[in-house]
Amino acid sequence: MNDLLAARSQMAMSLAFHIIFAAIGIAMPLLMVIAEWKWLRTKDEVYLILAKRWAKGTAILFAVGAVSGTVLSFELGLLWPAFMGYAGAIIGMPFSLEGFAFFTEAIFLGIYLYGWNRVPPRAHLFAGAMVAVSGALSGIFVVIANAWMNTPTGFRVVDGKPVDIDPIAAMMNPAAFAQTLHMTLAAYAATGFVVAGIHAFMLRRDPRNQFHIRALAIALTVGGVAALLQPLSGDILAKMVAQNLPVKLSAMEGQFATEKGAPLRIGGIPDESAGVTRYAIQIPYGLSILAYDDPNATVKGLNDFPANQRPPVAIVHVSFQIMVACGMAMMGIAVLAAWRWWRARKKSEAWLDSKWFLRALILTAPLGFIAIETGWVVTEVGRQPWILYGVMRTAEAVTPVPRLIVPFITFTLLYIFLAAITVWLLLRQVAASPAVFESDRNEVQVSA
Amino acid sequence: MLETIIAGVMIAALILYALLGGADYGGGVWDLFAFGRLAPQQRTLIAKAIGPVWEANHVWLILVIVILFTAFPPAFAAISTALHIPLTLLLIGIVLRGATFTFRAHDVQRDNVQRRWSLVFSIASIITPLLLGITLGAIASGTIRIESGQVVSGFFSSWLGPFPFAVGFFALSLFAFLAAVYLTLETPEFELQEDFRLRALIAGVVVAMLALTVFLLAGTGAPTVRAGISRSWWALGLHLFTAAFALGAFYSLWTRKYRLARVCAAAQVTLILFGWALEQFPHLVEPDITIASAAAPRSTLQLLFGALAAGALLLFPSYYYLFRIFKSETSVAQTRV
Repeated sequence: MNDLLAARSQMAMSLAFHIIFAAIGIAMPLLMVIAEWKWLRTKDEVYLILAKRWAKGTAILFAVGAVSGTVLSFELGLLWPAFMGYAGAIIGMPFSLEGFAFFTEAIFLGIYLYGWNRVPPRAHLFAGAMVAVSGALSGIFVVIANAWMNTPTGFRVVDGKPVDIDPIAAMMNPAAFAQTLHMTLAAYAATGFVVAGIHAFMLRRDPRNQFHIRALAIALTVGGVAALLQPLSGDILAKMVAQNLPVKLSAMEGQFATEKGAPLRIGGIPDESAGVTRYAIQIPYGLSILAYDDPNATVKGLNDFPANQRPPVAIVHVSFQIMVACGMAMMGIAVLAAWRWWRARKKSEAWLDSKWFLRALILTAPLGFIAIETGWVVTEVGRQPWILYGVMRTAEAVTPVPRLIVPFITFTLLYIFLAAITVWLLLRQVAASPAVFESDRNEVQVSA
Repeated sequence: MLETIIAGVMIAALILYALLGGADYGGGVWDLFAFGRLAPQQRTLIAKAIGPVWEANHVWLILVIVILFTAFPPAFAAISTALHIPLTLLLIGIVLRGATFTFRAHDVQRDNVQRRWSLVFSIASIITPLLLGITLGAIASGTIRIESGQVVSGFFSSWLGPFPFAVGFFALSLFAFLAAVYLTLETPEFELQEDFRLRALIAGVVVAMLALTVFLLAGTGAPTVRAGISRSWWALGLHLFTAAFALGAFYSLWTRKYRLARVCAAAQVTLILFGWALEQFPHLVEPDITIASAAAPRSTLQLLFGALAAGALLLFPSYYYLFRIFKSETSVAQTRV
């Protein structure tokens, strides 16, 4: 493994690890706040237990997210010093703003987690809301920086150096809106579905447990709404990619030949040496319509881009297909859930009285995170060979430090260890689910 | 001018990281060295003191890094290239400290399980300040050399020497000292206060010895900074002040005036870092990178300054609120361990 590949692998592994905790850190506070708000409104103890339980899990996940995020902020320099030397002045701004958002998040999370008995209920709820808002903002600022790497704006290059730097214009880059919208929704959808899946699993063993029924309802509402909106944001993003990053679009779609009225390929395996995508289901004119709103629009194929500007096609196309498939399945489940809930709206819990529905929720639980991971593969691998699209190549940015395989392996082992412990601790918490039964309409027995 | 102000804000953030985040590491040190009849209570008190605030305190470091790479990108590139190895080790320390502290809080409360996490947590709490000090020592030492934007001094020699290591141990002792002083105010119980008073006094002596060591080693290890210490007109005054606060901390610990001790200890650490920054001024990395040579264009600096000012308006009231909830007298009075 050469040093460039080791550096890329370390960065990819660090991001892939951190994004899980980051997404949960964005969405989990919203779920907790909803549960706590329902407790304040209904005085129903079950919601309080729920908020506290979710907060416990979030405490572990947030801590791992905070430290793995710190690793990333250092790795920008440890692995890509030339990039940061070049780009720091242009794109440091959203990172600075993220710093303050993260501050707010950490401060109010401290109050939220440790302040149950120390601040009044409304102040506590407010702290939770601050965590939810600043968590979302943190994510948005970081994704803005990533969007700039895809569609760099806000400077001119003179003699290989950036001049006329305008950090605001850099933040307002063409990809910023579409990418932040897509990622923020993804965080809510993925987290909502995982949480719903976990409570569905517990409900199968312990039906009628009010704790799980209410948890599932909140989580699936948040996740389901996000999953329903996500295709819309995906469409905005795809059109942005078509406009600004045509070579990435062609890689995503496995489009090798330039084609008027290009088809949409579902599935398929790109063969880069032969320059074709095999075994795909083709929907005529689909790609031209989706990308350009015009069935006869011409899509420039990979073959018409210089070979040294093309990303690896197979991994980008396949990852994109997986992401879309996961998103579609989640949307389907969200529609199904909405329909079941509407049909059973008079008997509030009947919509969960189906082993098949619960099983479906369990099966779709991990799909959101699979979609997030594969989606980031599309974004990052699809931008290669550039670190800063059209301006700086990844190979130019890598550190001159030798034997980068050593830190790569070290961090990989460290993260495997953290992941294993985190999962184990969370499983223990889930297994100890509180027994909350509705013995009759108004009386709820609680034994946490 | 603007770049100097922003460099000043960066140093201020670093000082706050030392005063707040540093003390959290110091807490880890005392977790390892918990002894005596009240050892379990000492550990519990440390965990309670750190729990609600360590994540917020940790963000100061992120702020330092972010200001560095936004306002002084070439300095960030040079530091993270030349000091790749200690910074990577620092990160491992940061990750293990934060993660194991949280794991310990949420794992089964059986003694052997808790002890295992405590061990990793406290060792990481020792390694991390050490590496932070080594990094700062290397930056001050003048051994990181840059030619036409490239680091030419290799990846080992600048930090693998007696001076950076002495600074590492000095940083560790300062953090341990701060933590012990702060912990006297985290409990209403006399015996626990006495335990941490004793630790603070011991740590204070170690700080003084290591300060002398660092000063002596700087003669060859960081000649430019050392020259600044002994030559400039303000340096003497600054060091007299630092010494006065150090003695004040000893005096107030001895007489059990813990609030005064906290003020003195914090002032002492502030002045040490401030003095170092002044002596290194105007260099960000001795001797090849200055504040002016590394500064980002004016448009960036202006915006960053605005963001820092606006951020401070949001941050300080929130921070105050956090500390009022968990660190006020009434809240400490509730903290029986």
